[in-house]
Amino acid sequence: MYAQLVDTGVKRLKTLEEMSPQERDFQQKIDAEIKIEPKNWMPEGYRRTLIRQISQHAHSEIVGMLPEKNWLTRAPNFKRKLQLLAKIQDEGGHGLYLYSAMETLGADREEEIAKLHSGEVKYSSIFNYPTLNWADMGTVGWLVDGAAIVNQVVLQRTSYAPYSRAMIRICKEESFHQRQGYQILLHLMQHGNEAQKAMVQDSINRFWWPALMMFGPHDSDSPNSAQSMAWKIKRMSNDDLRQRFIDQTVPQLELLGCTAPDPALKWNAERGHYDFGEIDWSEFYDVVKGNGPCNRDRLRTRRRAIEEGSWVREAASAYAAKQQQNNAAA
Amino acid sequence: MKQNQALFEYLLRLGDSNMILGQRLCEWIGQAPALEEEMALGNLALDLIGQARSWLEYAARVEDAGHSADELAFTRDERAYRNLLLVEQANGNFADTLARQYLFDQYHYHLLGALSSSTDAQVAAIAAKGLKEVTYHLRRSSAWIKRLGDGTAESHAKMQQAIDEIWTYSGEMFIADEVDRVLAAAGIGADLDPLQRLWEADVQALLAEATLTCPPLEQYMQRGSKQGLHTEQLGFLLAEMQFLPRAYPGASW
Repeated sequence: MYAQLVDTGVKRLKTLEEMSPQERDFQQKIDAEIKIEPKNWMPEGYRRTLIRQISQHAHSEIVGMLPEKNWLTRAPNFKRKLQLLAKIQDEGGHGLYLYSAMETLGADREEEIAKLHSGEVKYSSIFNYPTLNWADMGTVGWLVDGAAIVNQVVLQRTSYAPYSRAMIRICKEESFHQRQGYQILLHLMQHGNEAQKAMVQDSINRFWWPALMMFGPHDSDSPNSAQSMAWKIKRMSNDDLRQRFIDQTVPQLELLGCTAPDPALKWNAERGHYDFGEIDWSEFYDVVKGNGPCNRDRLRTRRRAIEEGSWVREAASAYAAKQQQNNAAA
Repeated sequence: MKQNQALFEYLLRLGDSNMILGQRLCEWIGQAPALEEEMALGNLALDLIGQARSWLEYAARVEDAGHSADELAFTRDERAYRNLLLVEQANGNFADTLARQYLFDQYHYHLLGALSSSTDAQVAAIAAKGLKEVTYHLRRSSAWIKRLGDGTAESHAKMQQAIDEIWTYSGEMFIADEVDRVLAAAGIGADLDPLQRLWEADVQALLAEATLTCPPLEQYMQRGSKQGLHTEQLGFLLAEMQFLPRAYPGASW
């Protein structure tokens, strides 16, 4: 996941008759499930939408390292510390991988990162929530990576080939993270003391609703979805993905012996799905607008890293240029 | 001093230096000058904390007092910690971190090279495995010393200042005590004199290549970690690292 509210710039779909011959060929390829490679012709809107979506996704991986870093230096033993560090490393790798996929569309990594820092481009709202106890390292893996996987499994079939390939690789690591996160929580519930069990429930209470918000607004409030679905960049609607996530997560919640902070959550035999309460959308839009608990901190940290590192990057370039000159002279 | 007691102390020193440096490198996550560097620093931390685990697992077996490696790392107090003063120094800027890293890597490389032929099979095995990783660490930190030393005027000034500031912590590793002597005599530990000569020659050559001035080798060197006497920096680092096991004694994570 990690890409919410991606603007396609298109509010109404063109019919095949309204399309130019190039557009029509393109759409017919999409409809025939033929993947688009970087050198193939594509509509400008398709390219722009993908750059927005993939860059948001990449930024989310990078910003997503920060809430986990918050507990990395306090991880309680060797096993957990090494696991968490390796997970954070994986996320950095996903970021690099996605930036590369984005660059195949002609976008520039530095420019896109500058847009993140100026607030022009977003990252997933979930990373604007703080991690306040150790159990959050389990919950982030289980619920946050879990929600991301539900979306990313579907994105493995996305129409743009480099993005699809990135997703296939990323999904393998993400599902490992999710199991690892769940295992942190299961261990605390099965072997922990009362204080540790309370940490788990507190953590779930805080992350449950924000995790559901990761799938984005209701389909009825998602004006960009139709074009993204027609281009097969998106392959399932926000509400369908959210339902799938809830259905697979509730049995895991019960196995933990914990509860969700939603009194309306219950199995509906008729629908064959869990019913659940209404999301507080005002909170979602507040966080997206920059008013989450950590928006300012997260961006400040990322901006500072790049600003304070500029002399290092300049030195590396200067040194490389000198080496090249010396080699040419030799 | 009995050989086993000396070996326990020696293993703590090896494990603790890796652990503390690994912890310092973890502090960089989210703040490195480029994403690629962030990954590299994280990989270093993974290697070092992994090596610390191996050394402390062996230390726990040698001590035979019912402690686990986790207990040794996450509950021992400052005065019982045996890491070099060098590695507990704060990260500072990127040049400070790289100066600390290079001076340690250069020592670590020769140390593990020597320990790979230890008469203690377990020491030799852990050292040989670690040496593969440390060979890469040294290549990477050496390259950065050259880049920053011979990069721009600003990076040169920062790199020189970093070396000058941390230099006083770079000699302690070669000051042998009874533990070092007992284990070197038994062929278990490393003889520090030849190590020091190799280190000095390498450091001088690299700094010269990086257009940096090597501070005087005979400068006074801070010491004390072999007796658990640390700088004021370590207490805060441990307070953070050991928070959970100390706040919830006996809890399982």
